[in-house]
Amino acid sequence: MNPLVLWFHKLGSPPYFYRFAGRLVPWFWAAALILGAIGLYGGLVLAPKDYQQGDAYRIIFIHVPSAWMSLFIYAFMAVNGFIALVWRIKLSETLAMAAAPVGAAFTFVCLATGAIWGKPMWGTWWTWDARLTSELVLLFLYLGVIGLYHAIEDRRQAARAAAFLALIGIVNLPIVHFSVKWWNTLHQGSTVKLFGPSLIDSRMLWPLLVMAIATKFVFAASLLSRARVDLLELESGKEWARAEADAAEGRA
Amino acid sequence: MNPTRKRRMTVIGLILAAVGIATALGVVALTQNVTYLYTPVEVLQGKVPADARFRLGGMVKADSIKRATDSLKVEFVTTDGDADMTVEYHGILPDLFREKQSVIATGKMDNGRFVATEVLAKHDETYVPRDVADAMAKAHAKHEVKDAPAPQKQ
Repeated sequence: MNPLVLWFHKLGSPPYFYRFAGRLVPWFWAAALILGAIGLYGGLVLAPKDYQQGDAYRIIFIHVPSAWMSLFIYAFMAVNGFIALVWRIKLSETLAMAAAPVGAAFTFVCLATGAIWGKPMWGTWWTWDARLTSELVLLFLYLGVIGLYHAIEDRRQAARAAAFLALIGIVNLPIVHFSVKWWNTLHQGSTVKLFGPSLIDSRMLWPLLVMAIATKFVFAASLLSRARVDLLELESGKEWARAEADAAEGRA
Repeated sequence: MNPTRKRRMTVIGLILAAVGIATALGVVALTQNVTYLYTPVEVLQGKVPADARFRLGGMVKADSIKRATDSLKVEFVTTDGDADMTVEYHGILPDLFREKQSVIATGKMDNGRFVATEVLAKHDETYVPRDVADAMAKAHAKHEVKDAPAPQKQ
């Protein structure tokens, strides 16, 4: 077998993944901290004031990366949910369920920072426009997935039921993304574009992109930590899990 | 791929396709029916029922803001390029409220004037540092270029 494919298969086994993720987590946290510090310094100190909003626009360095993460994590959760449903891979179930609370947290941060910015700038905390409403629906989808997972006794059955909900909810992602195009919304359109020039000065753009990468590492570190604990719990009857627990006790 | 997995994949694919189509139809219907706001020309064409509360969206016309000296009363004209409408409002305006800025006012019509209970400022998607904006304004003034129209999505 191709070594890369072999490695991928090995990664699917809980004990191997447990040890592999354990080695990665500290590095991911370090990368998140360093990049986050650079991004925040660039955004809050180095970036110039906006011609209309002055300093108030600086909340985008938290708000926009969180919004991107809320969509990214949902897609990650749905893809893992799909794998869990079709191939019944234990690791995918665990990853999908471990991603949900992280995604919900980012969605909440996105909504909260948006409201804090909206009050002075727009003149309101909240309005039922398409972008804000679809993002709120996304938060409820996350909460629904988390709730469903915890409502069913059998862990693996629970994960599959919740993965199904996560998969169905994926139809909301294009709605969130295109809502500012399809409807007249109070929320502005997309500033940073994948295709074509972005409508933001380069001195403001680079901290935003650094923050986007930093939040990816926050997610990766948080996800792997959560997945490790979940795997240990799920496999608590197995020999490797007992060996890990004994080793941890020996260290303590 | 074994038959069980193939069957699961087909079932999930079909369900996803069904939900996707249902949502797409819903979205198409909603884009036609749900309007977050009306523009002055739509109001003048009678697209809004009388006595209805609705949102009016438009750009604040230059030199049209009149503030009362003894109260919070403000009067300004919004325009969508085709028609104008005078808006009356008592209260505190948001930070971004200024001439040539898109605003969304909620209220109802009263004798041809729009009496607003809430005025929101719409921000556009461009972020420009102040020094760049100043330099651009200077260059425009020097070469007598008219202000570029603010990006509008109305």
